[in-house]
Amino acid sequence: MSETTMNLTLKIWRQKDAKSKGKIVSYPISGISGHMSFLEMMDVLNEQLINEGQEPVAFDHDCREGICGSCSLHINGEAHGPDRGVTTCQLHMRMFKDGDTIFIEPFRAKAFPVIKDLIVDRTSFDRIQHAGGFISVNTSGNTQDANSIPIPKADADKAFDAATCIGCGACVASCKNASAMLYVSAKVAQFSLLPQGKVEAKDRVLNMVEQMDKEGFGNCTNTGACEVECPKGISLENIARMNNEYLKASITREA
Amino acid sequence: MSVLDAKIPEGPIKEKWTNHKNNINVVNPANKRLIDVIVVGTGLAGGSAAASLAEMGYAVKAFCFQDSPRRAHSIAAQGGINAAKNYQNDGDSVYRLFYDTVKGGDYRGREANVYRLAEVSANIIDQCVAQGVPFAREYGGLLDNRSFGGVLVSRTFYAKGQTGQQLLLGAYSAMNRQIGKGKIKMYNRHEMLDVVVVGGKARGIIARNLITGSIERHSAHAVVIASGGYGNVFFLSTNAMGSNVTAAWKIHKKGAFFANPCYTQIHPTCIPRSGDYQSKLTLMSESLRNDGRIWVPKNKEDVEAIRNGSKKPVELSEEERDYYLERRYPAFGNLVPRDVASRAAKERCDAGYGVNQTGEAVFLDFASAIQRYGKEAATVNHEPDASKERIIELGAEVIKNKYGNLFQMYEKIVDQNPYKTPMMIYPAVHYTMGGIWVDYNLMTTIPGCYAAGEANFSDHGANRLGASALMQGLADGYFVLPYTMGDYLADEIRTGPIPTDSPEFDQAEKDVRGIIDTLMNVKGTKSVDHFHKELGMVMWNNAGMARNETDLKAAIAKIRKIREEFWKDVRIPGEATELNSELEKAIRVADFLELGELFAKDALERNESCGGHFREESVEIGGEQEGEAKRDDVNFKYVSAWEWTGDPGEAKLHKEELEFKDIELKTRSYK
Repeated sequence: MSETTMNLTLKIWRQKDAKSKGKIVSYPISGISGHMSFLEMMDVLNEQLINEGQEPVAFDHDCREGICGSCSLHINGEAHGPDRGVTTCQLHMRMFKDGDTIFIEPFRAKAFPVIKDLIVDRTSFDRIQHAGGFISVNTSGNTQDANSIPIPKADADKAFDAATCIGCGACVASCKNASAMLYVSAKVAQFSLLPQGKVEAKDRVLNMVEQMDKEGFGNCTNTGACEVECPKGISLENIARMNNEYLKASITREA
Repeated sequence: MSVLDAKIPEGPIKEKWTNHKNNINVVNPANKRLIDVIVVGTGLAGGSAAASLAEMGYAVKAFCFQDSPRRAHSIAAQGGINAAKNYQNDGDSVYRLFYDTVKGGDYRGREANVYRLAEVSANIIDQCVAQGVPFAREYGGLLDNRSFGGVLVSRTFYAKGQTGQQLLLGAYSAMNRQIGKGKIKMYNRHEMLDVVVVGGKARGIIARNLITGSIERHSAHAVVIASGGYGNVFFLSTNAMGSNVTAAWKIHKKGAFFANPCYTQIHPTCIPRSGDYQSKLTLMSESLRNDGRIWVPKNKEDVEAIRNGSKKPVELSEEERDYYLERRYPAFGNLVPRDVASRAAKERCDAGYGVNQTGEAVFLDFASAIQRYGKEAATVNHEPDASKERIIELGAEVIKNKYGNLFQMYEKIVDQNPYKTPMMIYPAVHYTMGGIWVDYNLMTTIPGCYAAGEANFSDHGANRLGASALMQGLADGYFVLPYTMGDYLADEIRTGPIPTDSPEFDQAEKDVRGIIDTLMNVKGTKSVDHFHKELGMVMWNNAGMARNETDLKAAIAKIRKIREEFWKDVRIPGEATELNSELEKAIRVADFLELGELFAKDALERNESCGGHFREESVEIGGEQEGEAKRDDVNFKYVSAWEWTGDPGEAKLHKEELEFKDIELKTRSYK
């Protein structure tokens, strides 16, 4: 537990709004403890900027424990920074060294336009879910008993693993094609593994992929950067499963 | 005579909800589409309410301040959701869940509401499974359960350590289906800043578009507030950074009574604060107390040696350790309820036995569990001669399978390996049982305005049991509001669309603009966080885990002073007509600064100890319970519902007397 602190240079993307042009601005910062989270370091910077009468850097964040998916940031060219299996809010400053220069940019993709500084618009993700990311069941006090549908543990576990996607968009930001295949496939795979989801499986995959294309996301060329940068370890296997579902559906769906 | 009417239906408790549903009005399907409903908040309560109301045919408008409804803080709940399914054949029943919840709440909840909660709990699990929520399963393919603190049965359904996430994504998917159909109009990045009351009824809201800063009017025939709890009044809590009281506080100021604001749950197992820059606290699931033993050193010299690093905790012998929960509560040991465990940790740290630099941490030690599991595993593996190291290796493997994700999270934050050295933990603010007062129909004291989930006060009394928050949020949204709102809305079928150009909307918008202009024009010298942190310190030191008259009176004076300074000296850079995170925070902190005072006032008025509310003046004297919290049923068996009169210090108290007809009042003992 050393109490030494770091002095750093931050190179941060500043952009007033969606219409304005952005640029990288340099900020020196000192006295940063290794026990701070990356976003707490950003808090220190913002407090400093406010005290100097400048506008603080806008960034999305909420739960600060790696589950809400709000935080983003491309840090030194990597979505959620240099650590693995964490979101930016769980990244700690001990991953950096005294004297480091850190580049901080928004997630970049045509389908994620910048709103301000480091905040991007990810509502394209929501719209893909509106197209089919659900099972069509109304709320009812007479739904059949939960245990009337046994599900093999292996399937349930796989469905769960896919369902742990937090919708942060790191996969898109990391992909050279800005593809959303990992994100979309996680939802398609979750439901295709469960008997409840099979009824609408064909329409779901076709509609979600159609919406994904409409939003301007690129296609998948199996590079696998998304899986590496995904803070939740969502597997590339989901994309294979979605491709399989998609192929089946496009051949057999009745017009 | 109280102005409060809880509208509890007549009849035996088992039949109240069924009879009520049979007797209330319903709106015919063709008329539902002519009725608008606004839902503020998209967590488990708001998300499930919005989806269910839209499925029924109402025209729903849903609002959240986050960039997507999926980000609401319900997503962070870890452990599980309770339901009286009795799948484990261990004698669980609706009555037992009802009983446990009332007792766990230290007899400060409303019986009829709690019974209904227990009654619909089983439906929640059915509904979620039908939606594709991937709960944990056994090898036979059926649902798995685990047990949680304060109960004697296994009724908790879970999805590893991400139960809240999976349930919220279930509600989110139900919402998405309705958004896709145009039945829900979704307003992301919008914050409600006032409710509009027309002719005594809630008729809409004023919201700020957080991207453009524009002030918008939205009308409806009814408004649901499902905006969560107010734990962030303490600045540091396990809540998300954006969690706030604003929506609830705004309706309070327009006539909704605020109930039991001082009932706060302080969770015993969180990662301690590490410095002044700390922005939030992280919870370590209650499930860890099944295997972890909590201790501090017996001798002050050892405390000092551990703090300065000259001694490691593992070097202390058993005799040199004080397992204080096992010492004080031999029957329940490390598994006492949350409020009891938190107070015991504070007692030791206040006495100078805290084990980290700040003096605010105790150890949660898995060494005994690793030994025990290691020996068991060695037997199962037919390794009778397993070495000490081998036993530890095998034991650590078992622990990893049970709590791996939590251990990893701890190591990422603290940079210490909890398999090798005990975790350090300390209590932190986690949940608020208090909230907007509602009747049995979940309607507030403003007709047409409802409150659901953590935002209302109703079901958990003075202390919430683990895995009951998710249950209540979904019960309110899926199974209560869709029925009870129909009763009210049946009278609205001839109303027609609510215009937004009425004088009431004009005034509400003017008020909101006034607040924003005032804030922007202070142009002071200190950041919003500066004031929020000051408020948090006062709340924690004077109205935290232990409260007394002197401290609470001092808190009220201090909060008033901070509030005054805030309005004189806050600095908000940028403009109000753009995305402005500091302005968003300032509006929320302004409300916390008022709520904080009401909180302290409520704590002062309630001169008894109950659940999470511990008054140092009200402890047991003599006998087995010496020093434990003392509830006072003669003088305080009521819900405190506060009416806004223009200043939090002048709030008027109304009392809803609680009746216990189906459960006998008893002292909670964990000795």
